[in-house]
Amino acid sequence: MVLIMLDDLDRRILRNLQADPTQSIPELADHLGLTASRLSRRLEKLREGGGLRGIRAVIDWQVIGYTVEVSLRVTLDKTNPRAFDEFIPAARQIPEVLEIQTFLGQVDVRLSVIARDMRHYQTIYREKILYLPHMADIEALTHVARIKTNKGLPL
Amino acid sequence: MKVGATLDDLDLALLRALSEDASQSAGALGRGLGLSQPATWRRVKRLENAGIITGRRLDLDAEKLGFGVTVFLGVKLATKGRLSLEDFERAVVAIPEVQTVEHVLGLYDYRLRVVARDISDFERVLRRRIMTLPGVGNVDANVLLSEERRPGPLA
Repeated sequence: MVLIMLDDLDRRILRNLQADPTQSIPELADHLGLTASRLSRRLEKLREGGGLRGIRAVIDWQVIGYTVEVSLRVTLDKTNPRAFDEFIPAARQIPEVLEIQTFLGQVDVRLSVIARDMRHYQTIYREKILYLPHMADIEALTHVARIKTNKGLPL
Repeated sequence: MKVGATLDDLDLALLRALSEDASQSAGALGRGLGLSQPATWRRVKRLENAGIITGRRLDLDAEKLGFGVTVFLGVKLATKGRLSLEDFERAVVAIPEVQTVEHVLGLYDYRLRVVARDISDFERVLRRRIMTLPGVGNVDANVLLSEERRPGPLA
């Protein structure tokens, strides 16, 4: 892993863009007192180094009708050496899985799953989740509210 | 706008494309889908106005930018009641290293995503900031090893 050394200007650029990713290059350049071309070069360098992966739209799944969000904590059967390698591609095949995270700790994998309602969730759970390979244990946490959403890194 | 029913295939394709790369111009976005620039722009505006696209997110590689450790903490409050929830929430959202706070139902009360430069930095955050939060009880930790976001059910 090659770390990217950020200078103060890189940090200011990323902090500002993090706070409002919809800003255009000229707007942001103006705000930071840079020329647009100098800002573009900096952003290009951050992209090339892999520190800045992109700007993505945030979708509100509730508005599209997915009202249920469940966090599934899965413990895998570690006696099988291929447990991770087979579980993860299988989980990717379920369209309602929004996030796949792996952990060092009591939990091995966390899946974030959305569904239209509880009945739809039951169907996904019984017909898709329970067929995932090498699960030793599974438990669910239901989201009540998001108190703080990801505003990015403390750069 | 009654959604769910009103999203057609082009809307879904736009959502897929924008959740991959929201920095493209309406022209570039439309070309991939066989839509004119003005038609693309109108559709994206409609998705934004309906609250389906809630904003843009900067996708940064935390590890490359020097934040090598991400830990999910499950926090159980020692004292319950409306006041203790409010006190806890107010204090926890103010910690810069805490990226997300979710109120959940299940094994614990809150799920926090904490980012730190390394393990000793994480220990500092845990001791000085998390364990001193009002009402905090049991805390369990899972260190994030890998993470991927999936496009979701947009087919």
